[in-house]
Amino acid sequence: MILDSKIPAGSLAEKWTKHKFNMKLVNPANKRKYEVIVVGTGLAGASAAASLAELGYNVKAFCFQDSPRRAHSIAAQGGINAAKNYQNDGDSVFRLFYDTIKGGDYRSREANVYRLAEVSVSIIDQCVAQGVPFAREYGGLLANRSFGGAQVSRTFYARGQTGQQLLLGAYSALSRQVANGKVKLYPRTEMMDLVTVEGKARGIVTRNLITGAIESHSAHAVLLCTGGYGNVFFLSTNAMGSNVTAAWRAHKKGAFFANPCYTQIHPTCIPVSGDHQSKLTLMSESLRNDGRVWVPKTIELAQKLRKREILPRDIKDEDRDYYLERRYPSFGNLVPRDVASRNAKYVCDEGRGVNETGEAVFLDFRDAISRDGEDLISAKYGNLFDMYQQITGENPYQTPMKIYPAVHYTMGGLWVDYHLMTSVPGLYALGEANFSDHGANRLGASALMQGLADGYFVIPYTIGNYLAGMPYDKLPVDHEAFRSAEKAVKDKIQKLLGIKGKKTIDDFHKRLGKIMWEYCGMARNAEGLQKAIGLIQELKKEFWKDVKVLGDNEELNLSLEKAHRVADFIELGELMVRDALHRNESCGGHFRDEYQTEEGEALRDDENFAYVAAWEHKGNDVPEELNKEILEFENVKLTQRSYK
Amino acid sequence: MNLTLKVWRQKNNADKGSFNNYTLTGISEDMSFLEMLDVLNEELSEKNEDPVHFDHDCREGICGMCSLYINGKPHGPQQTTTCQLHMRSFKDGDTIVIEPWRASAFPVVKDLVVDRGAFDRIIQAGGYVSVNTGGVPDANEIPIPKRIADEAFDAATCIGCGACVAACKNASAMLFTSAKISQLAMLPQGQVERKERAEQMVAQMDAEGFGACTNTGACSAECPKGISLTNIARMNREYFSAVASSENV
Amino acid sequence: MSWVTKTFSSTLGRKLLMALTGLFLIIFLIGHVSGNMLLFKGDGGQAFNEYADFMTTNQLVKALSYLTYISIIAHVVYAIILSVVNKKARPVGYAEVKASSNSSWNSRNMGVLGTIILIFIVVHLQNFWAQMHWGSIPMVTYESGEYRDLYAVVNLAFSNIGLVILYVVAMAFLGFHLNHGFASAFQTLGLNHKKYTPAIKFIGSAFSILVPALFASMPIYIYFSSLN
Repeated sequence: MILDSKIPAGSLAEKWTKHKFNMKLVNPANKRKYEVIVVGTGLAGASAAASLAELGYNVKAFCFQDSPRRAHSIAAQGGINAAKNYQNDGDSVFRLFYDTIKGGDYRSREANVYRLAEVSVSIIDQCVAQGVPFAREYGGLLANRSFGGAQVSRTFYARGQTGQQLLLGAYSALSRQVANGKVKLYPRTEMMDLVTVEGKARGIVTRNLITGAIESHSAHAVLLCTGGYGNVFFLSTNAMGSNVTAAWRAHKKGAFFANPCYTQIHPTCIPVSGDHQSKLTLMSESLRNDGRVWVPKTIELAQKLRKREILPRDIKDEDRDYYLERRYPSFGNLVPRDVASRNAKYVCDEGRGVNETGEAVFLDFRDAISRDGEDLISAKYGNLFDMYQQITGENPYQTPMKIYPAVHYTMGGLWVDYHLMTSVPGLYALGEANFSDHGANRLGASALMQGLADGYFVIPYTIGNYLAGMPYDKLPVDHEAFRSAEKAVKDKIQKLLGIKGKKTIDDFHKRLGKIMWEYCGMARNAEGLQKAIGLIQELKKEFWKDVKVLGDNEELNLSLEKAHRVADFIELGELMVRDALHRNESCGGHFRDEYQTEEGEALRDDENFAYVAAWEHKGNDVPEELNKEILEFENVKLTQRSYK
Repeated sequence: MNLTLKVWRQKNNADKGSFNNYTLTGISEDMSFLEMLDVLNEELSEKNEDPVHFDHDCREGICGMCSLYINGKPHGPQQTTTCQLHMRSFKDGDTIVIEPWRASAFPVVKDLVVDRGAFDRIIQAGGYVSVNTGGVPDANEIPIPKRIADEAFDAATCIGCGACVAACKNASAMLFTSAKISQLAMLPQGQVERKERAEQMVAQMDAEGFGACTNTGACSAECPKGISLTNIARMNREYFSAVASSENV
Repeated sequence: MSWVTKTFSSTLGRKLLMALTGLFLIIFLIGHVSGNMLLFKGDGGQAFNEYADFMTTNQLVKALSYLTYISIIAHVVYAIILSVVNKKARPVGYAEVKASSNSSWNSRNMGVLGTIILIFIVVHLQNFWAQMHWGSIPMVTYESGEYRDLYAVVNLAFSNIGLVILYVVAMAFLGFHLNHGFASAFQTLGLNHKKYTPAIKFIGSAFSILVPALFASMPIYIYFSSLN
């Protein structure tokens, strides 16, 4: 099936403005007759819930954490892009649009990306009005920095805690609506299923994580703002609780899942130190502005390093391979994330990795410190250096940092049209949970922008267009659809509790993660992906036969929570692999060994793959069906990326 | 290294609860404290025992979800979050006592998990600027001196973990409440609702059953983000001038 | 509830009363210690007795003395109320607490220190104040007239080594109480400033050492004088 993304007609720059006028409105007095469910309270969820409540809709907001303020948006460090052009350096809405399309390796939808760039300016105004303490110049105006190799300074930031400050801003707006009685909060509550009636989303079934109560919530529309699925790899920079369950269960109820194989691997994370590792920690990309990436030229030296026979500083300059500077003379250490990540993998695969596991490269500040002095470096990166030392026990002022790529963000997600509506009418997906704006690769400082754009400035308009056609009456929660959905959830819980197998949930999760990282990680090939499908299917069978879920439903039960999430990750993992296998090209975060240029760069196949792959669930253990949304580029010329 | 853990176990809020002892062997000093607990939980699961429940999420020291009162200190011996505490801070053979946050406003949910909803309600009482989405001035129309912006930022870095309450001998939430009142009192955006905010947030803080401040400074000394006591002084000032001059009789 | 009662039943309002009464008592201490310094004058107690007479008869001083009584009572009553509130805020305590790593001993034990000081005040009032008001005190005559010889009472009292030790020890506790209380009162009032807070802290520390030391030196001085 070819999907209709409902892009409005007209020139790129006028689409959103015209469309805002053309969309139906809901009379202010009638808004209070509608109820909207928002699942997830990160940047997208909190901003959407607050904005919709301000408009007058009744909102129910759900999160699995103990407070909406904990959502993982809080961990974003670097900043948020906006085409303000405050620096007078040539930025514009079109330039931000262009950079995002190009950075996404021409696999995103022009109209959405342009709208994102367009509303980016309002986001900054909104956040400042809320009291978000962005960095400022001495004159009192906002400061900007260049981020992720962008040629203009358009990134707004609040030291290394931009995500935290933005989320707390959205959380404060949400809290205000809770106090106003327009938002009802459901913390420690997890969405277990989507309820559809006559093909429309009409509510959700949830589990109260403390009491285990299975409850139904009816609404006129459901917004999934549930973040990404990076934890399918077990080890990622995502929070421990980040999961795909809400999105996946919606997928099984008819929402198409788009481009699941597009995962972003962040090049500067703290390497894995052993099997006990539970998560990976990102070090801000800004470190690459001053740090130089290298490994020893020879395997012998690397081996000596690993055995701690020599120290990094014992290695002379001529024995060091500053491989990014060597291979990409013009961009050097500032090449895009995927390029930096892949090159780290290559040098480690050659046996030149520098830590005990052989999976780490150096990020060295020696030259920056001798050039600028320790004080200046400390002023720029002090908190990051402290964090690094806290985790590794090594002092990065004295010895180079060790870094390695880690899964960081997933560009894929639920397919949505221009209105952010999924293929299920009345079900929307916002933020990282949808696939829409980043194509095959996301630019630095764009995730925060997209989450807030969707929540503050897109959904408040587009949801009215849908609700205006909906009857006011809510479905009663004792409707057959809710009853049967509740029963299915309860049955699933009983099934999980009843297996009483031998292997722990983490054991399955770790094994899934290893398969995904090995075969569907930084570089993929057909042979490996084929193999992975078999491995995952076996793992799935074993899971449902031999998993051990302790305790009961009627209590706080971490095992049970995790079991649900891992079960869904296993199914998603298979879809990711199938998606990666079908996409016979390399683009952005999806790199297939078979498709690369002579220089080792990703080789796109625009003729055959300039589409969004939106997968449709057809039943358990039946292969998913591929639907396509053809991507048309009318405003940019498709070019081969080159960072030489 | 080998460790003895003395962990508070409590089935639910109604349960009385007690300490259980566990021994762990082969713990690496590179592990984070929570990874050490992961190991314990894997072992317990293998023995079909209920794992120890504790709150955690980002494991990067920013979400504020992790808690744990470790060896007599919130978040353990270092001034950081529990998730950023590493086992190299302990010695082979140590006994580690792990308790939940203790405060009547933070009821125990299970084992080491407590309910910190009181913090959300304090923010709901006024920890915001009442602006609706859209219709706000251009960001650069509100110039803010860098020093003020930086100081407001310092207050705004609070992660809402509750270590201040846990550390305070009076289970007082003044550091938490004052951080938000301070941030918004310093910024021009917060001026319009400045008085009401101080009055309402303090009232909510009291209603939740937190204790009073005796200026011991334990909260700030244990705060993983180093939120300063200056904020409490500022909150006092804000509150007194608000009740003295507001029109709320 | 009116806004006044509401304010003073809030934690911050109660703390405000603690701070204000505390600061008033600090001012009282300054007056008290300055007057008592006349004990060192070496004039056989004339100046001291004249001063004592002034303090018990002057109407303004009388008004101030009532304020002092009220302050002491309010300071104590609110301390008890706050202690109850604070105790209720943590009904279940910790099995292990390493409080010394994050706060000073005296800041955590103001209640204990205060209780000891309160007991001392009762003893002290009974020793001198009650004597002065209702006791039978020998009279002494100077050029300016006839006075009750409190100086003699003081001399007699502090020839008792037990009482001297009690007073000196009590002053040590007062010192600890002031050491936290002085700066703490300013913090509670919200008087915190980059420029002035360090000075307040310094003055507080100096005050908490100097004033109790001066007080303590009096019984010691008198005791050793009585030996000669």
